[in-house]
Amino acid sequence: MLEKNPVIFIILAFIVIMVGTAVTMIAPFKWINDPGDRIAEVKPYSPLQQEGRDIYMREGCNNCHSQTVRTLAVDVERYGYGGGYSKSGEFVYDRPQLWGSRRTGPDLARIGLKYIDPKGMWHRKHMDNPQSVVPASNMPAYAFLNTPLDTTYSERKMKLLKFPYTQADLDDLKGKSEMDAIIAYMRKLGTDIPVKKAAAAQHLPASRINPFSDLKAIKAEALSIYARDCASCHGDKREGTLGPALKGSARPDAELFAIIANGIEANGMPSFSGSLDEQKIWKLVTLIKLGKQDD
Amino acid sequence: MSAPTRYFDDSVKGFIIWSIIWGTVAVLVGILISLQLAWPQLNVAPYLTYGRLRPIHTNAGIFGWGIGSFIGLFFYITQRLTKTPLWSPGLARVTLWLFNVGIASAAVTLAMGINRTKEYAELEWPLAIVVAIIWVLFSINVFMTILKRKEEQMYISLWYIMAALVGVTVLYVVNNLGVPLHLFKSYSAFSGTNDANVQWWYGHNAVAMLLTAPPLAIFYYFLPKVTGNPIFSHRMGIISFWSLIFMYLWTGAHHLLWTPVPDWIQTLAMAFSIMLIAPSWGAVMNGYLTMNGQWEQLKTNYLVKFLICGITFYGLQTLQGPLQAVRTFSAFIHYTDWVPGHVHMGALGWVSMVLFAAIYYAATKINDTEIYSVKLADTHFWLVLVGQLIYSITMWIAGVQQGSMLLATNPDGSLHYSFMETMIAIFPYYKIRAVSGFIYLAGLMVFIYNLYKTFQKGAVSQAAKA
Repeated sequence: MLEKNPVIFIILAFIVIMVGTAVTMIAPFKWINDPGDRIAEVKPYSPLQQEGRDIYMREGCNNCHSQTVRTLAVDVERYGYGGGYSKSGEFVYDRPQLWGSRRTGPDLARIGLKYIDPKGMWHRKHMDNPQSVVPASNMPAYAFLNTPLDTTYSERKMKLLKFPYTQADLDDLKGKSEMDAIIAYMRKLGTDIPVKKAAAAQHLPASRINPFSDLKAIKAEALSIYARDCASCHGDKREGTLGPALKGSARPDAELFAIIANGIEANGMPSFSGSLDEQKIWKLVTLIKLGKQDD
Repeated sequence: MSAPTRYFDDSVKGFIIWSIIWGTVAVLVGILISLQLAWPQLNVAPYLTYGRLRPIHTNAGIFGWGIGSFIGLFFYITQRLTKTPLWSPGLARVTLWLFNVGIASAAVTLAMGINRTKEYAELEWPLAIVVAIIWVLFSINVFMTILKRKEEQMYISLWYIMAALVGVTVLYVVNNLGVPLHLFKSYSAFSGTNDANVQWWYGHNAVAMLLTAPPLAIFYYFLPKVTGNPIFSHRMGIISFWSLIFMYLWTGAHHLLWTPVPDWIQTLAMAFSIMLIAPSWGAVMNGYLTMNGQWEQLKTNYLVKFLICGITFYGLQTLQGPLQAVRTFSAFIHYTDWVPGHVHMGALGWVSMVLFAAIYYAATKINDTEIYSVKLADTHFWLVLVGQLIYSITMWIAGVQQGSMLLATNPDGSLHYSFMETMIAIFPYYKIRAVSGFIYLAGLMVFIYNLYKTFQKGAVSQAAKA
């Protein structure tokens, strides 16, 4: 009969399709985003942050950047920045989610924990010209975002998304650029959850003595680590740009080690304990201490 | 015998031609973005940046080339399998107009940055409604033709077609639910993890209902036509059909392994993905066994090459897919270039190969003529095959290499490579990939020329008859 009656066939096909749909797509609404998933510290976006998020969507940033730190050790190490893996409760205000499916660029779920400078100077420089900060980067330049932000719908967005806002939040939009908005969004990403500061900030060397006292022996490697991880903020020739110059520092070795490993939150220096092992950090310390003006 | 049924093939022709035009756009944009990944200075802000162009590439491919040619070929197949003229040729003409206006507007709005950001459902709500209307108009036309059919039995191709009509409608409508802010902007009806789960229920089953069921319908129809062999087993076709459309819908969350989506949904998705090997290979074996005793046609019949190569890539695709759906393997290759390698084997190796064969065949029938040049068709075959293989294989290597580097750790647990080191390692593959795009494009150009000449030949012979 099925081979002869298209109406019955279509109804049957619909039912067959709906079984898996009901179990894996409809039923989960009961479990996902329920009160047990909620995280009290996670706050909705401010008008400026939401505008930034909309620009992120407009430019299709999600085509290269994911926003989920998976429960894998390497993911947590690379993209967690002390905040651990992503939790369901962190995304309850995301309509739509921007988890993405491809990492042509790094994951941004917790990028707000990495670049902590309140003025977002790293982001600004990077968005204007990514290669000025990361020479080998294949990211397009977004200097065209240095244009006044259109705030026509800002308030309506807050109402539609049912996010709380104050008049001060709206006043804050005045004179802002699209760049300001997307950076405000970047700075918010991943910062709501409580960070394991203790674990993140106490990375100290096994021994306080720098095993590399001869710069010559390790200079080539140290320079390549420097070019990769430090040059974007301290300048190609260590002359200092966003961060200070690094030519012959007078600080003790162990202190330099601690700064590189743990960062300095107040002035935006990120932590490198996740991406550099002890040996590499010591080599950088040697370079910073002994490297002089001429190299 | 009564007089032969008169079929309405104008819209078949129209949809085929336009789908090829949009398919060419997809390939051209694909080449441009592959070059941008290797040379970022090729981004022209703001309209021609990678982030805005990539959705144009995927939408032109899936909606322009895929849906366009499916509609054309389904009009063709349905009329012949039912021995009934198309229910409404006028409606078909309107559908074609809407289709072209819709796809053109899609390209323009996406370049302007107007998008919903959900993969393969990027079009903003007014255009999403247009897409839904196109699909419903087409569905009504096909379904009414089936209802009024003169041939009582419904061949397996019609089953796949009807499942696609229902399936695509449900998936597309649900994933596009949202709240409009204004004409050019809306927010998803779902948030966070729910949104992700709905998105990949859609994303993966768009592959099932749009990029598996329709090409299978086409394959099941054209393989017997082209070879003169009846399909090996109708029963195996039926069992594969029902288990395929049942199992597919459980598997969306294999795109979300290790994410905040509940573990039990991930595990179900994993298990059903593995189970899907059976119905997928049911169709593959049905194709192979239909060739029993006729394998020499691979040498003598240019269309068999396309079809058998296509179904072979389908077989490989449906082994590789379940492999990727396993947690451990996903941890390794997810988010890397392995996945575009996989997707392009399906899109270029499986779907497009079958479409090429079907279009060649339908074009000669519609025009009541022979193909202009079998030799050119062979050239076309080898160029697109080599282009696709270079693409997929370089991306698999790049994916494995980057995946291994991203997972590498030092003895103290810290990461061995920075993200940029992993990127620098795969840039050479990006350049090779861009070259493969040009080879594929060359094949496509040969196809278009050959088809154009065949149409021309048909016009001449028909004029001579008249």
